[in-house]
Amino acid sequence: MDLMEYQAKKLFAKHGVAVTEGVVVETAEEARKAAEEIGFCVVKAQVKAGGRGKAGGVKLAKTADEAFEHASNILGMEIKGLRVNRVLITPATPPVEEYYFSFLLDRSNRQYLCIASVEGGVEIEEVAKTNPDAVKQIGIDPGKGVDEAKAREIATECGFPEPVFEQAVAMIQSLYTVFTEEDATLVEVNPLARLEGDKLEALDGKVSLDDNASEIRHEDHEQFVIRDEEDPLEAKAKDKGLNYVKLDGQVGIIGNGAGLVMSTLDVVAYAGEAHGGVKPANFLDIGGGANAQVMADGLDVILNDEQVKSVFVNVFGGITACDEVAKGIVGALDILGNEATKPLVVRLDGNNVDLGRQILSEANHPLVTIVDTMDGGADKAAELANA
Amino acid sequence: MSIYLNKDSKVIVQGITGGMGAKHTALMLDSGAQIVGGVNARKAGTTVTHKDAQGADVELPVFGTVAEAMKETGANVSVLFVPPAFTKDAAIEAIDAEMPLIVVITEGVPVQDTAEVWSYLQGKATRMIGPNCPGIITPGESLAGITPHTITGKGPVGLVSKSGTLTYQMMYELKDFGFSTAIGIGGDPIIGTTHIDALEAFEKDDETKLIVMIGEIGGDAEERAAAYIKENISKPVVGYVAGFTAPEGKTMGHAGAIVSGSAGTAQAKKEALEAAGVKVGKTPSETAALAREILSSLA
Repeated sequence: MDLMEYQAKKLFAKHGVAVTEGVVVETAEEARKAAEEIGFCVVKAQVKAGGRGKAGGVKLAKTADEAFEHASNILGMEIKGLRVNRVLITPATPPVEEYYFSFLLDRSNRQYLCIASVEGGVEIEEVAKTNPDAVKQIGIDPGKGVDEAKAREIATECGFPEPVFEQAVAMIQSLYTVFTEEDATLVEVNPLARLEGDKLEALDGKVSLDDNASEIRHEDHEQFVIRDEEDPLEAKAKDKGLNYVKLDGQVGIIGNGAGLVMSTLDVVAYAGEAHGGVKPANFLDIGGGANAQVMADGLDVILNDEQVKSVFVNVFGGITACDEVAKGIVGALDILGNEATKPLVVRLDGNNVDLGRQILSEANHPLVTIVDTMDGGADKAAELANA
Repeated sequence: MSIYLNKDSKVIVQGITGGMGAKHTALMLDSGAQIVGGVNARKAGTTVTHKDAQGADVELPVFGTVAEAMKETGANVSVLFVPPAFTKDAAIEAIDAEMPLIVVITEGVPVQDTAEVWSYLQGKATRMIGPNCPGIITPGESLAGITPHTITGKGPVGLVSKSGTLTYQMMYELKDFGFSTAIGIGGDPIIGTTHIDALEAFEKDDETKLIVMIGEIGGDAEERAAAYIKENISKPVVGYVAGFTAPEGKTMGHAGAIVSGSAGTAQAKKEALEAAGVKVGKTPSETAALAREILSSLA
């Protein structure tokens, strides 16, 4: 899960990172009130996307009226396709210098990585291109972590200037605590600012949390889930424990196993080229136990997607037997009754495939077409979606 | 021959008394694998009963520790069906016991736990496969994991894949040829055994005549494998990459399968593999057809 800036800052504060949390508001009037308290402030769009400043989502406000006006403009605007529902009002503290600092998972080297630069904050990507030596990359052994000595080594390597050096050492340790204690895969501070009076502070924050870890040992991460920011179909699928991602096409997809479902999306997209350019409408992995209820839940979500014109069920029976899957489909259609209105193309292969196909044939449901192969199924589903 | 696992492998199951552990212990026994016992500290001293491939009852001892299980049974492989919250400790216990091969089936392990296990494993005697994987099968000899053993038998194809169901799909497509070993390495961001490890082992394995490599979006494992193939692999390699239509920034089920920017796209992986001389199929069936063509010419 990716956090918004104000959520990231909350975690920073929790672990002793120097930060000013500010006030999150959902209306321009609340923005005015917050600005009356704070004074000279910044109004910042809260969306899970970069480039907020360039999109006009970050504005300085000298007065409460200005804050009101900026908030009115920013709330409701779209940044990279995401609607802005919240703004953060935070004191305007112009930096003397801007730095960049992050900890992240380095999957290639199977360890953690610190990326940092004192040569630039928000323009870090530009610095990385023009002056790559100024961007330091320091590997971190997950078994050893970052203690004070390692934090000093990092601060020295990055070249934090003397007046803020000790603050940097402390902040590096605190940020590493955020990274490990909260099970993050990314903790980024950009800019990390040297303010007037040589005070070091995280002016912005980006945190990605590991969902696996949140699930088993961070009940409090639930607070970061904002229902109104989620796609309604994705939220519904999540409630039912389904692994679903909404996409922008017309062919609903249900399969078992992440790899096979991803592959099914590709095969449907290829098949769609010959059928008016139809595309997959979603990713839905029902996992190993494809019983009637799971199948019904999955179909229920997909059939509620107005864009969907046909559905392709692509299951390889490994451990799961195809007869169970077939019973699941028949049972799901029973449960859904009249709500099932779109054609279903079903491809079953593997364990007990003959029995599975027989069950589907005997049920003889008018919406169901049985196909022999994955490619054939994709073609049929694309054709039906284009009809 | 085969890689990592053969008819002499003696396998224990960590988490043998749990639901998944019990179900798959039965299936592994049915495949003919030598399952010699299990571990559950709270049920040490008890036994569990299953049927072997011939249908006869087998009583398997449950030990308190991996070290004890190894000492009593001579086990050299451990399969982990341990809940994600306890997987790190179970893996470290097996590493401390110097278990030669551990196969971590568990899905949903926090990635920092895996990172710590990987760090701990450095310089130790253990090879880890997984986590979040279907495990490894050497058809007709042994099975350490959840791959269905009924799909196909022994043969000249070596298979390495990030995805479980695509492993099964490919075994099914090429069932008339058979497999030396099929290994599912898992779709998590950090895994123990990589495509490169498996490629290296298949290159050395006399029985393997052709290698099928299945990848998916995310990370740079396929690109690295491509560079490795170019330098080190003399056997024909056929590849497949899933996730051409996956949108940027969205996780597709496997925690590792997420595209960020231009890095990790299916197209980039396909091009890297093709530049290394690997024939890459557009779909699983086209990939199987490419493999079939090469296998027929080898025969």
